[in-house]
Amino acid sequence: MIFLTDIYLDHAATTPVRPEVWQEMKPFLDGTYQGNPSSIHRFGREARAAVDAARMTIAESVGAGTEEIIFTSGGTEADNLAVTGAARAREHEGRHVITTEVEHHAVLHACEQLEREGFDVTYLPVTADGTVRVETVQQALREDTILVTMMYANNETGIINPIAEIGECLRGHEALFHTDAVQAYGMLPIDVASLQVDMLTASAHKINGPKGAGFLYVKKETTLHPLIFGGEQERRLRPGTENVPAIVGFGAAVQSLQKERETRAKTYGQLVAHLLTTLASEDVPYEINGIEEKRLPSIINLHFPGTSTEPLLAQLDLEGVAVASGSACTAGSFQPSHVLKAMYGEEDPRVRASIRISVGFGNDEDQMETAAQAIANIAKRQRKILTEN
Amino acid sequence: MIYLDNSATTVAFSEVLETYQKTALRYFGNPSSLHGYGSEAEHLLRQARQSIAGILDIKANELIFTSGGTEGNNLAIKGVAYARRRRGNHIITTAVEHPSVLNTCRYLEKNGFEVTYLPVDNDGFVSLQDVKDASREETILVSIMHVNHETGAIQPVEKIGEWLKTREKIRFHVDHVQGAAKVPLHLHNSGIDLCTLSGHKFHGLKGTGMLYIREGVQIEPLLHGGGQEQNLRSGTENLPGIVAFAKALRLAYERYSEAKQALQTHKHELMQALRKREGMLINTPEEGSAPHIINVSISGTRPEIVIQALSKKDIHVSSKSACSARLQTASEVLDAQFGPGERAETGLRFSLGYNTTEVDIQQLLEALDEVVPEIRRVKEVKA
Repeated sequence: MIFLTDIYLDHAATTPVRPEVWQEMKPFLDGTYQGNPSSIHRFGREARAAVDAARMTIAESVGAGTEEIIFTSGGTEADNLAVTGAARAREHEGRHVITTEVEHHAVLHACEQLEREGFDVTYLPVTADGTVRVETVQQALREDTILVTMMYANNETGIINPIAEIGECLRGHEALFHTDAVQAYGMLPIDVASLQVDMLTASAHKINGPKGAGFLYVKKETTLHPLIFGGEQERRLRPGTENVPAIVGFGAAVQSLQKERETRAKTYGQLVAHLLTTLASEDVPYEINGIEEKRLPSIINLHFPGTSTEPLLAQLDLEGVAVASGSACTAGSFQPSHVLKAMYGEEDPRVRASIRISVGFGNDEDQMETAAQAIANIAKRQRKILTEN
Repeated sequence: MIYLDNSATTVAFSEVLETYQKTALRYFGNPSSLHGYGSEAEHLLRQARQSIAGILDIKANELIFTSGGTEGNNLAIKGVAYARRRRGNHIITTAVEHPSVLNTCRYLEKNGFEVTYLPVDNDGFVSLQDVKDASREETILVSIMHVNHETGAIQPVEKIGEWLKTREKIRFHVDHVQGAAKVPLHLHNSGIDLCTLSGHKFHGLKGTGMLYIREGVQIEPLLHGGGQEQNLRSGTENLPGIVAFAKALRLAYERYSEAKQALQTHKHELMQALRKREGMLINTPEEGSAPHIINVSISGTRPEIVIQALSKKDIHVSSKSACSARLQTASEVLDAQFGPGERAETGLRFSLGYNTTEVDIQQLLEALDEVVPEIRRVKEVKA
């Protein structure tokens, strides 16, 4: 059961739909506008206009042209389209792909699929601060490298990679550059030209939009192999009747985000700071995983020495505090974080005694205080039990 | 407003919208999350799956949620082809499938597979004998639609399934997108291994669909990632859409079974009336067609002009698959049925809904009588 008093601190997994987004979606759900955008009668044209408007808003939000935005069913599909689509389209030019060990599973498992198809994938390590170093990318580059895919900000730690510098370093190399910006999009201003990326992924339900919509920015004249074949939609890169209400909701979420991104980043940063202050005053030892200076304001990954992740999560849940261990996308099973393993090594205690807290719409200072107290109590109790045994 | 384009998309049931809204706003958790928000979402997901399984008489683990019909068809066809490519490389389909099937098959042809596109007769039917004749040692997949999206012709998929039961090596996929809730199709012990459904074709929401995959049938996923949907379809589940899909399916089964008689009557009347008019040829077979689709070729016109003219009168119809409506080419379906020529270039499709009335049909006929002669006249003058 969920109670009204529950505190949701898992906005990196998914976010509630904002009221202003819902308002925009509603006419596309209640029968006012219900057409198929490909139909040439009036109903169809209304739906088409709505999809075009959302595409315009979204294109502007990353400094892209409208013809460079491909709508997908979400972040996973966009990542798969970028990674497998680019590699398969360019396999005659080379078969080497570079990524990192800390990517989201949508990218990692797409890369593994490429390996099964005979591609050679280099999984770059990250430093203990959680970032990939530009020099590491540089050294891994080969003549036959056709694709570099690296996330903008990590979903488990919030740690931001130097995407613009990597983009700069790839200038003059034939390899395409893709970044998974699913987490970064809600917090950092993005301009595809200054990042020098060829492809960029974002997802609606991570920024208070509806589930079932995402986009892939694909720079003009970049050739991709579609994953899905069918009609003429999305310039044939993603056929299928457009999910109009979700796309409209995505556009509304982006519009609201564009207005408030800075304020949100500031507010969420303060909320996280408040949580940390409370933890400190409760005298519970903790460490931040990754480098503080390069962290998204909304996500923090904390290590509580002498505790264990799974019971920590379970007890917090009983207390009505929803946090996570890492990516939600491991289908309900608890597995030690591959991100923390890459940062600190398999055997480091951080790998099995850390939690991810991600703040967002609806959270306030009181909640942070209550959550911090609950975390502190549980962590202290666990620490005691575990050290006594 | 008269909406006769229900094969392109339908207006969602109001109950479905309420369900979507409630789920989206109240149960927004990620079903994969381990906390309360996640487990509530996961619970709803399981309920939806069970409800659908009950309606379709399949097991709850035999369905995978997708983003819609196009993805479902792609997942089925590419999924089987790649999972079974060591056993053979031959695929059988028909010339009248939806673009999401045809274009997937064409892609596979470029990637080492051989595809046989079976013809249809003048009524639009594919024959079991043709399937038998086309099948060979290397055949791994047969993909044939249930109800044709342009003409409403019902393919003999039950008979084909029965025969394919004796062909262990061949998987059978049925695109049931147009037939779902309107023409009964039993999946259990039918010889059908995979079956595609799309939510927005039966008053659910866009962006939702499912693929039935019979227990034991192996396929390769299209999307890799978090391992949702038995590792066959990664990505955060569109929970509100899925719950709405389950609701829509249940209501559509009820409402279309109630409306069946009325639909048959409307269809029959409309076909009779069109047949009496000059230069109109019915492309939908009298027997063996779905109760909601009527396709007619109107000589001396261009379908997009007729559609626009009707649209001005607030009557909304279409020509062919919406997925290719923007291309001003002849219908591939009618082309396969009658060969190239005016008949294939002038097809119009009227697709009815459970709530279509007698009056709607009368108004459509009156509007046609008004606009068609005018369009023909202008065309002649131009010529």
